[in-house]
Amino acid sequence: MEYFFELFLGGLTRGSIYALIALGYTMVYGIVQLINFAHGEIYMIGAFTALIVISVLTMMGWNQIAILLIAAGVAVIYSSAYGYTMEKIAYKPLRQAPRLSALISAIGMSLFLQNYVLLAQTSDFLPFPGLIPDFEFMEPYAHIIGSPELVIIITTTIVMISLTFLIKFTKIGKAMRATAQDRDMAMLVGVDVNRVISMTFIIGSATAAIGGVLIASHIGQINFYIGFIAGIKAFVAAVLGGIGSIPGAVLGSLILGWTESFFTGYISSDYEDVFAFIFLVVILIFRPAGILGRSTAEKV
Amino acid sequence: MDMEPILDVKQLTMDFGGLRALDSVDLDVSQGEIVALIGPNGAGKTTFFNCITGIYDPTGGDIMITAPKNGRTQRINGIKPNLVTEKGLARTFQNIRLFQNMTVLENVMIGCHCRMKAGILGAVLRGISTRREEEAVIQKSYSILKKIGLEKYVNEFAKNLPYGAQRRLEIARAMATEPFMLLLDEPAAGMNPQETRELDELIVKICETEGISILLIEHDMKLVMSLSDRIFVMDYGKKIAQGTPAEIRKNPAVIKAYLGEEIDA
Repeated sequence: MEYFFELFLGGLTRGSIYALIALGYTMVYGIVQLINFAHGEIYMIGAFTALIVISVLTMMGWNQIAILLIAAGVAVIYSSAYGYTMEKIAYKPLRQAPRLSALISAIGMSLFLQNYVLLAQTSDFLPFPGLIPDFEFMEPYAHIIGSPELVIIITTTIVMISLTFLIKFTKIGKAMRATAQDRDMAMLVGVDVNRVISMTFIIGSATAAIGGVLIASHIGQINFYIGFIAGIKAFVAAVLGGIGSIPGAVLGSLILGWTESFFTGYISSDYEDVFAFIFLVVILIFRPAGILGRSTAEKV
Repeated sequence: MDMEPILDVKQLTMDFGGLRALDSVDLDVSQGEIVALIGPNGAGKTTFFNCITGIYDPTGGDIMITAPKNGRTQRINGIKPNLVTEKGLARTFQNIRLFQNMTVLENVMIGCHCRMKAGILGAVLRGISTRREEEAVIQKSYSILKKIGLEKYVNEFAKNLPYGAQRRLEIARAMATEPFMLLLDEPAAGMNPQETRELDELIVKICETEGISILLIEHDMKLVMSLSDRIFVMDYGKKIAQGTPAEIRKNPAVIKAYLGEEIDA
């Protein structure tokens, strides 16, 4: 039973990370119907930014928790700036173009950012310090769940709750929902759609950066390629939950996290990705629009 | 009553490739007027609305507005729809385009937002002024819904409203943007006679008590004749007549456009 709990919490941790990244995919898709393939790169850039800040501050001998918070803050700001700029450069000029063009542009952006980091940094794996300390009160449970996992789960929960609040109750949230449902009409009732789209990219990038910092400090190493795998997994999670739906992205991520965790725990860790994708295929056969996605009949 | 028009459209032309959808159309609306734009299907009425509200950038001509509030005259050709709305023109659609998955109240609140000052930072931090503004928006939205007679539906999803109520909600949402002029595209389409009568009263009320001028496209001639101060008639992208309802009824060009030419025996 204890083993089951361990796997359960491990899956929850993975799922939380996927969710932080999947949010960006699903929000952007909901608003501009674009699969932003460069989103995983934003997450990678978040991790790199944090590493640079951490290295500098560690040399100055700061307190660990302060370093972590500042690094996460800088990573969020930096990644948001990247997300914002990326939309302006690569997607906004193509907004009236066929959807495939924007998709190609996204793939190009993804390759560009990967190679940019490869050239600017290095192709090697860089060690990322595990800055989350082991809390004393966690000691009795340490064999089931570590402090870093706990921090990841709690952080994700806080981010999700704030995001739900933002979307449901604030002015920008309403504007986002309106834009997602009918962009032209939103403009006609005075919504500045360009601003809404920018905000969507900024929010998505910020959550991805938080995910980047958390998982990098959990796993302990990063390189320029981590965005690709994490991005694909999160994208799968978003599709699984029903792309365009925020609760769907969270649900899809958790399911993916648990699937991986349980299959690797009970069967074999060699086929982790295989299990995840088999599960995806099976779900999509029965629910083509994802678990919470609505299959919309095209109006004629 | 020789007032300066609040909407003055001169020589408006719109080409789609080789097709001239609008050909040098003139039209003007004065403060407090109800003006109808009529014409057979495909005459270019909706294209005309789309040009005015910034959905299309017209090929030629001028669209001038004079906001009654400050009396400033501006040319609004080709500016973005959200800016047109900010300047005080609001519209509804021929086919209902509500935010279906939002509540009635939220639909109206969205309209109010373009008059709000709080930025994104305020929305996140929820300062006192932001919260006060939100309160004010909710109050205002309630009062608009009350005026339109939708107060009992406040928390329903827009998609669950009966058809007539959905049409009225479109008008409520448009009013929330505090326009000086409303452009209604076939507001009575699909309504039964009872609903149409109520709509007639509602439009007159909006014009008289709120001081909002109205420009409407409508096919229901009974409604048009009883409601309008003046009527403009279009056919094949050109304006073929203008005048009071009595004048339009007798105008031979209009009769020809609608019924075809009389055959001389």
